[in-house]
Amino acid sequence: MTTIYSAKKIITMNPARPTVSHVAVRDGLILGAGSLKELQGFGDYTLDSGFADKILMPGLVEGHCHAVEGKWWRYVYCGFHDRMDPYGKVWPGVTSIEDVIERMQEKERTLTDPIEPLTGWAIDPIYYPVKKITRQQLDSISTTRAVGIMHASGHILSVNSKALELADYLRPGIEHNGIPLGEDGLPTGELKGPDVMFPVGQKAGFDDNMLEFDEPGLIDFARLCVRTGVTTATDLAAQLNDETVAMGARITAADDFPVRVMSLRFHHGVTPEELIDHVKSLKVRSTDRFRLGKIKVVADGSIQGFSARLNWPGYYNGAPNGLWYIAPEQMRSIYEMALQEGIQVHTHTNGDEATDLALDTLEVALKKHSNNNHRFTIQHGQLINAAQYRRMEKLNMCVNHFANHHFYWGDEHYDLTVGPERAERMNACRTALDNNIPLAIHSDAPITPLSPLFTAWCAVNRLTSSGRTQGEYEKITVAEALRAITLGAAYTLDMDNEIGSIEVGKQADFAVLEDDPTEVAAMALKDIKVWGTVQAGRVFAASDI
Amino acid sequence: MQSVMPVTIIGGYLGSGKTTLVNHLLRHANGVRLAVLVNDFGELPIDADLIEAQDSDVISLSGGCVCCSYGDDLSLSLQKLQAQDSLPEHIFIEASGVALPGAIGQSLSLQRAYQLEGIVVLADATRVQQSAVDKYIGDTIQQQLTDADLIVLNKVDLLTAANAYEVRQWLLENYAQAPLVNSVFGKIDPETLFAIRQDHLQTEPNRQIEPNKDYLKNHSHHAESLFTSIHLEIDHAVDANALAAQLADADSGLVRAKGFVLHRDNTLKTIQVVGRRWSITNAPAGVKPGLVCIGCSGEFSQESIRALCKLDA
Repeated sequence: MTTIYSAKKIITMNPARPTVSHVAVRDGLILGAGSLKELQGFGDYTLDSGFADKILMPGLVEGHCHAVEGKWWRYVYCGFHDRMDPYGKVWPGVTSIEDVIERMQEKERTLTDPIEPLTGWAIDPIYYPVKKITRQQLDSISTTRAVGIMHASGHILSVNSKALELADYLRPGIEHNGIPLGEDGLPTGELKGPDVMFPVGQKAGFDDNMLEFDEPGLIDFARLCVRTGVTTATDLAAQLNDETVAMGARITAADDFPVRVMSLRFHHGVTPEELIDHVKSLKVRSTDRFRLGKIKVVADGSIQGFSARLNWPGYYNGAPNGLWYIAPEQMRSIYEMALQEGIQVHTHTNGDEATDLALDTLEVALKKHSNNNHRFTIQHGQLINAAQYRRMEKLNMCVNHFANHHFYWGDEHYDLTVGPERAERMNACRTALDNNIPLAIHSDAPITPLSPLFTAWCAVNRLTSSGRTQGEYEKITVAEALRAITLGAAYTLDMDNEIGSIEVGKQADFAVLEDDPTEVAAMALKDIKVWGTVQAGRVFAASDI
Repeated sequence: MQSVMPVTIIGGYLGSGKTTLVNHLLRHANGVRLAVLVNDFGELPIDADLIEAQDSDVISLSGGCVCCSYGDDLSLSLQKLQAQDSLPEHIFIEASGVALPGAIGQSLSLQRAYQLEGIVVLADATRVQQSAVDKYIGDTIQQQLTDADLIVLNKVDLLTAANAYEVRQWLLENYAQAPLVNSVFGKIDPETLFAIRQDHLQTEPNRQIEPNKDYLKNHSHHAESLFTSIHLEIDHAVDANALAAQLADADSGLVRAKGFVLHRDNTLKTIQVVGRRWSITNAPAGVKPGLVCIGCSGEFSQESIRALCKLDA
């Protein structure tokens, strides 16, 4: 059974025939991309003109996000910027602390159980005149129920007095770097770092595992994918215990599940040997829509949390250097065994010192287990400099940059964390491409919104939220950005043989757009409307999802 | 006030001997119900005959000891531990190689059911000086040693006497806040350093603590620290806080003390000292006064401790 789709324009990412008018699909695969006449040669077909006024491009690939975003939408959205939920509702940004409180109060009024916790997410007080939010402010939402709001960065949780009380933190004598105290000697309600966020977060309605998807959350995550044109998405750091794997395989196997999810095993909590054994056992449990068998290593923390490991001269505001989340010896064991077993490793580095460690480690490991096609990828790599890219090229490494950071925290990086010079070279996509580094760009959803076209806009324009261009030199072109969110990301996942472009033999994965990203102004990339997707030949309209 | 569960944090970089020490403690618990929280089970060589049951994150051992892996969430594991049928008498937390034990201690301090007794940091004698200036992990190693209440210098048998002396001096100069003891294979008599049984507090005679016998069999010299244990009898009410502070004083020669004393207000208090860290909590019901003090042989005696603490005044 062959279907030939006609479209206003089909952007293929295949340089030999960059745009075509028709694409033929059989058994979920692309039979051919070309003119109707060319494709008729394959025999009987049904012509589908449903996309005659749409633009098709390869299904978008989000190379670094977390499926837990679906679960977080069950909490109250408190972000500063507008954001679309899995059901297509655009939640307007809340632009003052008073508005945050009002939105939480609205939800509060719908709760009947007086002690049920109330949970919010994505608040970012750096945008407010007083850059802190206190428990007293959140007490005006409720004093009987625990109230907690996760910050956009994911590194801070703000809670009310009741939540602190339930966790037994509302008392004098608390001494902890992650718990600032007010003039009264009691916690202010701001909790920094997982050690203190998790225990109180549980009281405030976050579940045991704040970072792992659950069943309804995975389905809602898939809805967001359709709305943003994504047909393959990563779930970049998961424990992947047997129950989660079984659940993920079952949910994604549903006939109407619209996205391919690649879930990477997080290194933490097991020895390198156990990690490799686990990932080998996962690899064989992969299904078409639930891909397993890769490793995520986390080397350091975050720049805005001052926990990233920076080379000299360190943080602009003089904060002490950040934290290692893995010992160099463990990284070496993982890299060596992974190379030996043919397992791909993605490594989170934010600071340039952490990137140095990853490069040093891979260089040594490759001498032991040579492999020209390992595709080890640096995730984030926000402070990679030109010399590091030159080394990465020699080591055949890839990078997936956090382009959305320019917009959300660019001003913060400029003023506070790393200062102007390094802020301008953060996520240096231009230099990466000039050094022939395979490039992807990402959202790290739920940290920033899932939307590869928005991410492309960030990499092309490098605007901060205050409207300043940060790092003119590191801008990339629209064509380069569109490649980064399709074939570029596919390459970093070692899936460019099956996704990332519209050409014969590949998966029939399309983003169906209302506007042409190659024709609109670069500044309008983020505003392109997504009609929906085609995933492995199955059509998903955002309006029905 | 409810009595609290004593916790010792074991820190130190990869290869410093933390896991060997943990394993050793579990084998030689001497009837004390221990719970050991480790980051993962992977490198923990527990003999099968000691294991009574195992599920994904708890190993139950004979004698009531348990070993739990805490993976990502230490606070959750501590909560689970409190829900167990028979509560442990002492908890050890084995920090991961890059963790800062002081930060774990801070998090622990938030949980009122637990009392941090001390932070023991192991140092690999053969490479701690080198690691402390490593490009990547140097500052982490330095911070771990700075966080220590007690530093255990491990693998000293692998060094010449001159080299062992040099590394000891380096530690004493840079990390003077913590007493320093030597060890081989991470083997430290658990009763000596950590878990002192309550019934021993009354009966424990003053004694020289024997170094590990298996080790002596195979080595012509030994490099382990020798400890002396003193049973301190105090027959009158004292200021428990002042006593603990004096025991923890750098000049006392004391490594560890635990016991119960009659406080000035006529209540019985538990005294805990590990190196320079001390704490006073309400004693559990049914115990009698008695205090065991342990120090490096030759560095302290019944008389010196009594004099320092002005116990006969």
